[in-house]
Amino acid sequence: MSFCRLAGLCCLTLLLTGCSGNWGWYVVDPTVPAGWINLKFLLSGLYYTLLLSFTAIVISIVIGLAVALPALSANRALRRFNRIYVELVRAVPILVLILWVYYGLPQMTGLSITVFWAGVIALALSDSAFEAEIFRAGIQSIDKGQYEAAHSISLSYTDMMMYVILPQAVRRILPALGNQLVYMLKMSSLVSVIGMQELTRKANELVVVEYRPLEIYTVLVLEYLVLILIVSAGVRWLERKLQSDQRG
Amino acid sequence: MVKTSFCAMLNLSAKAMIKVENVSKTFGDFHALKNVSLEVLTGEKVVVCGPSGSGKSTLIRCINGLERHDEGLIEVADNRLTHTSSSLRAVRSSVGMVFQQFNLFPHLTVKQNLTLGPVRTRKLSQPDADKLAMAYLERVRIPEQADKFPRQLSGGQQQRVAIARSLCMEPQIMLFDEPTSALDPEMINEVLDVMSELAGSGMTMICVTHEMGFAKRVADTMVFMDHGEIVEKAPPEQFFSNPGTERCRDFLSKILAH
Repeated sequence: MSFCRLAGLCCLTLLLTGCSGNWGWYVVDPTVPAGWINLKFLLSGLYYTLLLSFTAIVISIVIGLAVALPALSANRALRRFNRIYVELVRAVPILVLILWVYYGLPQMTGLSITVFWAGVIALALSDSAFEAEIFRAGIQSIDKGQYEAAHSISLSYTDMMMYVILPQAVRRILPALGNQLVYMLKMSSLVSVIGMQELTRKANELVVVEYRPLEIYTVLVLEYLVLILIVSAGVRWLERKLQSDQRG
Repeated sequence: MVKTSFCAMLNLSAKAMIKVENVSKTFGDFHALKNVSLEVLTGEKVVVCGPSGSGKSTLIRCINGLERHDEGLIEVADNRLTHTSSSLRAVRSSVGMVFQQFNLFPHLTVKQNLTLGPVRTRKLSQPDADKLAMAYLERVRIPEQADKFPRQLSGGQQQRVAIARSLCMEPQIMLFDEPTSALDPEMINEVLDVMSELAGSGMTMICVTHEMGFAKRVADTMVFMDHGEIVEKAPPEQFFSNPGTERCRDFLSKILAH
């Protein structure tokens, strides 16, 4: 279904192209050698966009879970730690965090940090606060009876979480986690400001050379669009698969 | 002479499996248990009844540490319940619990529900645990459902799976918290049959239930609770024919009316 929508959007773009005399598609025309080289240059950013987003989302899920678990503790200090972390991290704009991690952190710690890892750290940190809230809600939505049943067969806390609570919680929060992944793919474009060679950076660099922002940014829009529609379809497939797992 | 030796024999085998002494429990202002004492011998079947809110469920939930008692002493199979994790583990490893709402793990198959505890806490190998699970599924008479998910089963079947899940931990004591209250009437008997059979095998049991037919058949001791107190404790013959207190008589007349 998402692919019908995608086809529709492509048609719309081409229609607009036909209506306007200002378009110069030659710049990314795959049938022309120069255009093909430009197109390949634009697409080459895909590698880092994907690598950056997926590395960051994995780390942010791990941090998010580690921050969510204290929120469910009976200990007040642990719960407070969770609140402070979430409130602080949520309050910093991603772009600001990227700049701070890349330019500020090395000066503070004396460690040198690559563009890639600065981007990963900033994206993962920023997203972890949201992941923590999602996990907290997911875990809290699991019926108390599940904990009691796990206790009654004397599972340890770790086993109870690993085998009983989290598998059910993750099924419930999968749509929200999918959203975060889409969000992460989009936010990775901000890492272009520190020179990460991902999709947006590539487009910016090509615009400077070719001076055809309309066509090049249109291609950029389509790149993100296709990428995200594919990822959403993947998440929905996974959701359906896990659902049917439960029904057998 | 015969009588004394019989008593001596009784004393030898009749060891207290569960000891509850002067236990109190409050939820905020609500006094759920007031100074409750109860002793359950090895192999004894105790049926607890009483109006809702009388503390029956709280009592058995305290026995396996699902609720933390405020005062008093609870000892289960010689382990004192102190709510440290080692004490909880010791107590829970000898106590099985069956819940009103079954509380099966919905994301696991019937067999996986049964093997999770044995594999994770009793450190059985998966094949051994599978064998154990199938043996107990036979015992609750649903081996053919092993690979289904809980929601594909009827309520009665789910509750039998829950009983089998507890038994897979090979407990010395089974606690039943209104095991048939969430079931459709036509499924109550299949669960009670499994419980009766379990009682026949010599398991120590405490059942909170309103199934008085089952209680008459199975119970060694009837306990009636009201307002967080044990009001009456008697063998079933005496309990049903000649209850000693007004409150108990009143309760029985209500639930045995039809």
